Amino acid sequence: MARRWTNTLGPRDVTPEAVFLNRRQIIAGAAGAALVGLPGAGHANTLEPNSWEDITSYNNYYEFGTRKDDPEKYAHMLTTEPWTVRIEGMVDRPGDYAFADIMQEMTVEERIYRFRCVEAWSMVIPWTGFELADLLELAGAQSGAGYVAFETALRPDEMPGVHYNVLDWPYVEGLRMDEALHPLTIMATGIYGKDIPNQNGAPLRLVVPWKYGFKSIKSVVRITVTEDEPPTSWNKANAREYGFYSNVNPNVPHRRWSQASEKVIGTGLFPTRQDTLMFNGYADEVAGLYEGMDLSRNF
Amino acid sequence: MDRLNKLLRNLPAWPAYPVSLLYIGWLIWLGATGQLGVEPVETLEHELGKVALYLLVAGLAVTPLRRYVGLNLMKFRRAIGLSCFIFVLAHLLVWAVLDVQALGRVWADILRRPYVTVGMAGFLLLLPLAITSNTLSVRKLGPRWRKLHRLTYGAAILGAVHYVMLVKGFQIRPILFLVAILGLLALRIRWKSVIQSVRRKNLTPTR
Repeated sequence: MARRWTNTLGPRDVTPEAVFLNRRQIIAGAAGAALVGLPGAGHANTLEPNSWEDITSYNNYYEFGTRKDDPEKYAHMLTTEPWTVRIEGMVDRPGDYAFADIMQEMTVEERIYRFRCVEAWSMVIPWTGFELADLLELAGAQSGAGYVAFETALRPDEMPGVHYNVLDWPYVEGLRMDEALHPLTIMATGIYGKDIPNQNGAPLRLVVPWKYGFKSIKSVVRITVTEDEPPTSWNKANAREYGFYSNVNPNVPHRRWSQASEKVIGTGLFPTRQDTLMFNGYADEVAGLYEGMDLSRNF
Repeated sequence: MDRLNKLLRNLPAWPAYPVSLLYIGWLIWLGATGQLGVEPVETLEHELGKVALYLLVAGLAVTPLRRYVGLNLMKFRRAIGLSCFIFVLAHLLVWAVLDVQALGRVWADILRRPYVTVGMAGFLLLLPLAITSNTLSVRKLGPRWRKLHRLTYGAAILGAVHYVMLVKGFQIRPILFLVAILGLLALRIRWKSVIQSVRRKNLTPTR
């Protein structure tokens, strides 16, 4: 079941038609969804997606190096075809799912989301992808499960960055089941209707727009449905600075810097600095998931 | 080595200043014309900070190089130190004006963000050094000048710690800078006299 959620962005924000032409990911349904939009429904009508160059040349993907331009330089080394995702744990149909087979089953849509990095910068990205809920449904995730764990590929021959112990490889992430099933949560397979570039997490990556970017794990090879809260990479590296939830929250500063405002990427030598929104602007959709929780403790 | 020292003696030190300023101007021009990537401010900040750290290391290497290698770069030490200050000042200004953009936020960061506090403390230590890096001050202050300029050691350590504190995860580059700076400072300690003074203490009769 796709299209549980529709962009709150206006038609002006939709990818130019020309960009979409001749792309293999145009499935009738996806193109339709991208063009519908809800004019006037959102507070975000003025949002403008970042350029392809912004999105693909300024990346954190430490498996390829810690500099922002390392992923663009080295990620071409990653083999993404063929690609399989092992889905296991509390699922009725565990196994190795070929990426191509997954794509046959999924409905691809465009989602224009704000993207807020924990380093206090932000972009707007026109993703294409499918809802994680659909993939979990495909594998038959069991209703009693509490969490979903994710793992990035670990290929020392193809990833120069993993020779340094910046993090404990492989990169792992996790979501609570209700977060994973939320219609905003997608597995992205493209940007601007093109296949997602390697430096952005090809061939498929998680996108959770109300959380800091590092939660949106790239190049996923394993999804495990579990009962207990799974370990997550940045939390393991520094639990004082990175919590399991990592929801975008201007009122809870990082231990070393403020999260109250963010630098907008692609705005030049005197960049735009804007106030960070609660849940990255998705409070209407997701605040209910955390009702009754102390967000300064569960950061 | 003597021939090299002789050669160096004929080399002027003053070009360091225009070269530093031109390099900073060139970086800003690159940033303004989109040649420093999609987030030029961060690139600019990091580049200026890194050059400042290299110059701190270079400045601290002058004395050990003379003592242990016989290479005399004393003539260039003032130029190295002042160029370093120029880069630190540019780094600070880019951060405050282009990145943080508001005085209130600058002040809040200095008070609340430990790595900013440390960086700022390093800058404040460099300030009196830059002001007194001229022949008149050396003459006026006499032996106090040398004492004052030992603040360099503190500034260098703070600079490297600032770098170590701001990166995410375990990264090797900032740690190498810290190790290099601590190593160069260790070379200054006259271990012989330290050991002797410890021995002397131990040998002092207890009665």
